[in-house]
Amino acid sequence: MPAPVISARDIVNRFGSQVVHDGVSFDVQRGEIFGVVGGSGSGKSVLLRTLLGLRRPDSGTVEVEGRVITAMAETELREIKRRYGVTFQHGALFTSLTLAENVALPVVEAMDLDEDALARLVELRLRMVGLPLDAAAKYPAQLSGGMVKRAALARALALDPALLFLDEPTAGLDPIAAAAFDELVLYLRNTLHLTVVMVTHDLDTLARTCDRVAVLVDRKVIVDTLPGIVDNEHPWIREYFHGARGRTVTAARKDVHGA
Amino acid sequence: MDFRAEYDPTGLRLELSGSCRMADLPALEPVLAQVRAEAPDALAVSLGKAQEFDIGPAWLLHGFLADLHGRGATVTITGELPEHFPYLDELRGREPEQAAPSAAAGPGWLVSLGQAIVERGKSWYGALVFGGQLLATTSAAVRSRKRLRIPSIVRHAYETGVQAIPIVSVIAFLISVISAYIGQQQLRPFGAEIFTVDLVAIGVLRELAVLLTAIMVAGRTGSAYAAEIGVMKLNEEVDALESMGLDPYEVLVLPRVIGLVIAMPLLTIVADFMGLAGGGILTRYLLDLPWPQFFTRLEAAIAPTTFWAGLIKAPVFGALIGLTGTLRGLQVRESSRELGRLTTVAVVQSIFLVIFADALFAMFYLQINF
Repeated sequence: MPAPVISARDIVNRFGSQVVHDGVSFDVQRGEIFGVVGGSGSGKSVLLRTLLGLRRPDSGTVEVEGRVITAMAETELREIKRRYGVTFQHGALFTSLTLAENVALPVVEAMDLDEDALARLVELRLRMVGLPLDAAAKYPAQLSGGMVKRAALARALALDPALLFLDEPTAGLDPIAAAAFDELVLYLRNTLHLTVVMVTHDLDTLARTCDRVAVLVDRKVIVDTLPGIVDNEHPWIREYFHGARGRTVTAARKDVHGA
Repeated sequence: MDFRAEYDPTGLRLELSGSCRMADLPALEPVLAQVRAEAPDALAVSLGKAQEFDIGPAWLLHGFLADLHGRGATVTITGELPEHFPYLDELRGREPEQAAPSAAAGPGWLVSLGQAIVERGKSWYGALVFGGQLLATTSAAVRSRKRLRIPSIVRHAYETGVQAIPIVSVIAFLISVISAYIGQQQLRPFGAEIFTVDLVAIGVLRELAVLLTAIMVAGRTGSAYAAEIGVMKLNEEVDALESMGLDPYEVLVLPRVIGLVIAMPLLTIVADFMGLAGGGILTRYLLDLPWPQFFTRLEAAIAPTTFWAGLIKAPVFGALIGLTGTLRGLQVRESSRELGRLTTVAVVQSIFLVIFADALFAMFYLQINF
């Protein structure tokens, strides 16, 4: 079994006396789309920030591509951060820059290239995420929600990362845009061999894209394939996946098993 | 990795060996540019076996080869093309080539001037609308205790007044020390040193205390008001208020303005004290003046009007600063740069208006002999 891309061991995160994660351990394999699910307050964002190196856990280690990021100094960590791409829940595009400038920014900061090469690279990223080229000169305030999400993904892909972190990528998108985004993520994973860690509430996205899912519950994590999770006995998991909105997931599972 | 373009007996040859990641682009791009500049009719491209290409470099190579084909050059390729090429073929084929919008020629100077004038006119009109809206809101709000939002007023009076006491005290103290020093220096040759007391007292009470307090408050509170309300606009919080049927002028603007109008005179009194203290202490030691004599001179130098002349200006300055800060905050939309710009405008305009008003007051006092 090849070495996992991300390896989290015994992560403990606490805020004062409140413990959010109490010994969370899991691996993310290369090339998989790894979903992270949990109720509000279960610490999904905190976990994501821990994996990204934005937060040092109170104890435990995180290894990314074999390097222990929890033990690294800030400058070394910055180099690692260039190896992955991140999208944030509300896009987090720089509002005073155009779309083209946003997408070009990681490249501009990492190296010196002439304008023509930069423009071509921006065009590449826009095409990859399905944005029209005439959107390049627009400011984030002029873009629709779906376009902002795609633009954020374009920026995350700017340095051809091997690893992609998506925080609620389909939140706020209409079903058509959300489905298109799912297909995009799958396509990119298949063609670029990316590893994707996705925090999401969207059951349709989970069913369509994720190879394995980590459920944050009771300050620990349960990791399994989606069918395995759906069958899990834990009361919260049962309510999450078998409640009124769980139809898609259980139906998808039936398709896999029954087809 | 090794990228080079050179002439050999067969013609121009582009050699790309080794992997090409995004980080290698600064090495690849100049070589491609070099070949483009040569505009060859024939090019031999030599790649190795199964080289690792990131998508970015693969795309640039893809585009480079497409450009050459487009110009009718013959390209012979040995070795394996990057594995991404089929995907890139599909990407390129997805929609017709759209030229990136070219930067339009800049507007002429007359157009720019006209635009600036129109913008300035709109700005004044906006201020007029703001003023009218606020008057309407105020007349409605004062009729009801709840709508006057006294807790909010108290909070703003506290933040703009009480929390500013330390900084205002220090500034007033120091400024008056400086003017005492200069005054004493200039009066000494005339044997009129004792009038330094007059200079300090009248200077502080009539002008320095209130003006410097207002300038400090303009920086501190003018920017805070503009930034707070500006961020609320960016977060759609102001829209949320309006959608609930609440009047943002009543909820956000009025309490801030009233709070500051209350705080300013109180701060000015603090500044008066600290100014007299600072100047007094320095004068006492520079002139070697015993305290009883100092106080006698002080009493002779000032009249009630000295104190009131300064204090009356305080609520006026407070209103100017509060109105400017909140007006600019409400104008923020769309981007963080706008927020920065309008916060700056709020501070600069507050200070300007305060000094302008001070000048008007000076002329007014002169006319009525106050």
